[in-house]
Amino acid sequence: MRHFVIVGILVLVTAVLTYVGLDVAGVATQMNPIEASAQSIPIDWLWNWEIMAICFLFALIIVPMAYSMLVFRRKQGDTTDAEHIEGNTTLEITWTVIPLFAVLALAYMGAYSLGETRRIDPNAMIIKVKGQQFVWTFEYPDTGIISTELHLPVDQQVLLKMESADVIHSFWVPEFRVKQDVVPGRVTEYRITPILVGSYKVRCAELCGASHAYMESPVIVDTRADYNSWIAEQVAIVAASQTPEGLGKLLTVKNGCIGCHSVDGTKMTGPTWFGLFGTKVDLADGSTVTADDAYVTESILDPKAKLVTGFAPVMPPFKLTDIEIANIIAYLKTLK
Amino acid sequence: MKKFFSTALARGLFWQLIGTLVGAGLVTGIRVLMGLSATDKFFFTEPAWVLGGFFGVLFFLAGNGSVSDWFKWARGIETPEHHEEQYTGWEKYLNVSLDHKVIGIQYTVTALLLICVGGLFALIFRTELAQSQLQFLKVDMKLFGQNGPELYNTLMSLHGMIMIVSILLGVAGIMNYVVPLLLGARDMAFPRLNAFSYWIAVPAAVLLLMSLVLGGFGTGWTGYPPLSARAPVGVQMFFLGVFTAGWSSILGALNVIVTVVRMRSKGMTAMRMPIFVWASVATSIIAMTATQLIGLSFQLVMFQRLFGMGFFDPAKGGNPVLFQHLFWFYSHPAVYVFVLPGLGVISELLPVFARKPLFGYRWVAMSSMGIALVGFLVWAHHMFTSGMNEYLRLPFMYSTLLVAIPTGVKFFSWVATIWKGKLTYPAAMLFVLGGIISFLLGGLTGPPNATVSVDLHLHDTYFIVGHFHDTIFGGFVFPFFAALYYWFPKATGRRMNEFWGKVHFWLMTPSFFVLTLGMMRIGLLGMRRRIVDYDPALNFDSTHLVLTIAGYLIGLAVLIFIINFFYSISHGEKAEGNVWNSRSPEWQVPSPMPTHNYDQPFEVVGEPYDYGLAGSKYVEFAKPEKSKNK
Repeated sequence: MRHFVIVGILVLVTAVLTYVGLDVAGVATQMNPIEASAQSIPIDWLWNWEIMAICFLFALIIVPMAYSMLVFRRKQGDTTDAEHIEGNTTLEITWTVIPLFAVLALAYMGAYSLGETRRIDPNAMIIKVKGQQFVWTFEYPDTGIISTELHLPVDQQVLLKMESADVIHSFWVPEFRVKQDVVPGRVTEYRITPILVGSYKVRCAELCGASHAYMESPVIVDTRADYNSWIAEQVAIVAASQTPEGLGKLLTVKNGCIGCHSVDGTKMTGPTWFGLFGTKVDLADGSTVTADDAYVTESILDPKAKLVTGFAPVMPPFKLTDIEIANIIAYLKTLK
Repeated sequence: MKKFFSTALARGLFWQLIGTLVGAGLVTGIRVLMGLSATDKFFFTEPAWVLGGFFGVLFFLAGNGSVSDWFKWARGIETPEHHEEQYTGWEKYLNVSLDHKVIGIQYTVTALLLICVGGLFALIFRTELAQSQLQFLKVDMKLFGQNGPELYNTLMSLHGMIMIVSILLGVAGIMNYVVPLLLGARDMAFPRLNAFSYWIAVPAAVLLLMSLVLGGFGTGWTGYPPLSARAPVGVQMFFLGVFTAGWSSILGALNVIVTVVRMRSKGMTAMRMPIFVWASVATSIIAMTATQLIGLSFQLVMFQRLFGMGFFDPAKGGNPVLFQHLFWFYSHPAVYVFVLPGLGVISELLPVFARKPLFGYRWVAMSSMGIALVGFLVWAHHMFTSGMNEYLRLPFMYSTLLVAIPTGVKFFSWVATIWKGKLTYPAAMLFVLGGIISFLLGGLTGPPNATVSVDLHLHDTYFIVGHFHDTIFGGFVFPFFAALYYWFPKATGRRMNEFWGKVHFWLMTPSFFVLTLGMMRIGLLGMRRRIVDYDPALNFDSTHLVLTIAGYLIGLAVLIFIINFFYSISHGEKAEGNVWNSRSPEWQVPSPMPTHNYDQPFEVVGEPYDYGLAGSKYVEFAKPEKSKNK
């Protein structure tokens, strides 16, 4: 009996110490990174309970094991067998039935927490999201804005309606906690209420190809005033973009081109467009070609026809009209 | 060298090459006649490679002689029930043998070889991950038609599948060697099917490795379409390899079940079977009935690519999420195929080294069956974020959490077995204890993934990677090493070096816990799985460096084990008696085990684990003269 009392105390002490240790490491009361959405609160609440349960169960197994190994250890020179204890049905039933109720309780809490993260606000703002190898684009249906940055007003539920142009992607902002796959052929929904102004990133969480690691886009949670001024700014840009160059630029955003091609000379997944038009381009087969109308058109419609040296052949073909291509070329000419 | 080229292994590989060329040539010929292109990026076209791969497997099996007895029977020629061994020494293991002990060792050594290959792949990509940005798997490099990130994806995917196949072979190895000995059987129920199950795994492994040089496949081992429908031709070799390896698993499982049902010794009732036999039956039920689904799901993608059948192509009315259901219907229970035998090893060895009966034998036996059955009902917990119907999430959360109950029974029983035990700590026992702790960490980090809302954060992160490495190491890798240290003297008559065994343990275990706990930590913070590079702004560089060092230490520990293993076969300390003072029947006869197992049949007269009960016995061997009268 004495042994059981000591072990009982040690189990509790170890459980508490483990929990405190995990809390110091920053993974107990919340998962970290910071909670930036209303949904992250019920999720971290459940996580905290789970960590407590984990600490207790960890101690419950480890402590009697270690205690027995130390206290009942084989004495030097002792070659006899240990005490013949075959089992105990009462104990077995106890440690089947108690965990059953514990598990049901956890499942109930899990259902509650899931319900909280799925709570619907009928006034949620709708934004369309498109995932494609390897960019995210965001479309605001009310204003017609198309952007590669997702701007959200704080304390307002948004409903992202997400579609994929090619393979499965997954929309994940770690600070929001929630994650949802984006599946070709259907629209999946992601409902979130940002509660903390700040700058985050959406990171694609489902392997989607060679540049999967780089499929990240800024997610900016603004105050209501900042958000409104961003919207106004974008609307003004759209309005001022009714020239060929302006429309071309919008097309490059809408089609996700600038996810791989920089406009300032930085090297990304694809060649930069800065100062590209009219210059000589070195191809992978050793030849060179002038970046003229014909070359650009071909590279949009059939990207694998001429591969630029040093870049992987990962760009999918884009079906654009002649006018759209002409607009994009007009835009490329301005990038000097 | 000449001897090597005449072995069944070398002949099989030669014929596999011929078969591949014949199959590919056939398709290419037809394509030329039809006016289609004859060659592609990797010389042959994709249909040619697929038929070539398939023919390669058939030619391997026909060429190495593992099916020749069946052909003889079909032609009306009789063959002896059991061939006498034609070979001795290492040649025995490279040729077709019908002896379950030889086949068990063939499986085990192949598994070790694949563990090394899979581990090497892991070290390559772990090195790349040591720092953010790309270090050597760069975009402008080119190997096997892949640039750096593509090669990373291929290696990462192959690490997964090679390790899975290696685990399946390791499980089959231990079960093959040990189950007939524990039952007192002369061999498995179907010795030829047994040899076939092993040999079909060899061309399967070759196909998997071929995928690496045929453009690779950056899809992860899960091979989700549409990504896998767009991957290079290597993905077809991957599908074909898994499909082929599946046969090995299904047929091997069938053999184990029949052997256990039909070939137990006199007096061995169900509740007097050694606990490892229970685990083997539970695992075999899963392997025999679920493996078809992964074969099927991969085959459907193969056909989608080859014949344009749009099973998972939304443009043709297909559904990508359907693939995930089919895939996980096997691939979740598969996890229990990996761990149940390992947990069986823990339950089998713990009483021997604690010198106490296994606490609650019946409960431990039933918990294996319970895990196997509940395991069939939980697959969609891999799909909480997949976009499947939302109402499916809750039932799968409940069923998944239920797995905790039989698993808990095992843990409590182990603790109760250790309680008041007089433990000794040879390397085998260290690995048993390491397995318990590792599986405990894996098990405890499971429920957060099962509760849907928390999983929405954890899914597809390094938290999952850490969690499942803990389960698989605890459920398979640690017990596998324990089993090898434990049964090595039975197979060779020598024991492995204890000192280096302990070095292996003390080097591997702490490194492994650093690795998996570190993975979980950064997973929570936003480290996604399957990425070649990570955002430097996340500040993961120093953690990743530690993880990489830990990875190398594990590699070093396994290398020490491999050297110890092969060195001890001929140089180890002689150990022909009951080295572990075990009650189990195989230790009551001298090592190494004779070719046809026990000279005298035995009868079960007591409980298997009655350590500490004076005068009790598990088995009693028939007296030689008595058996002559029969």
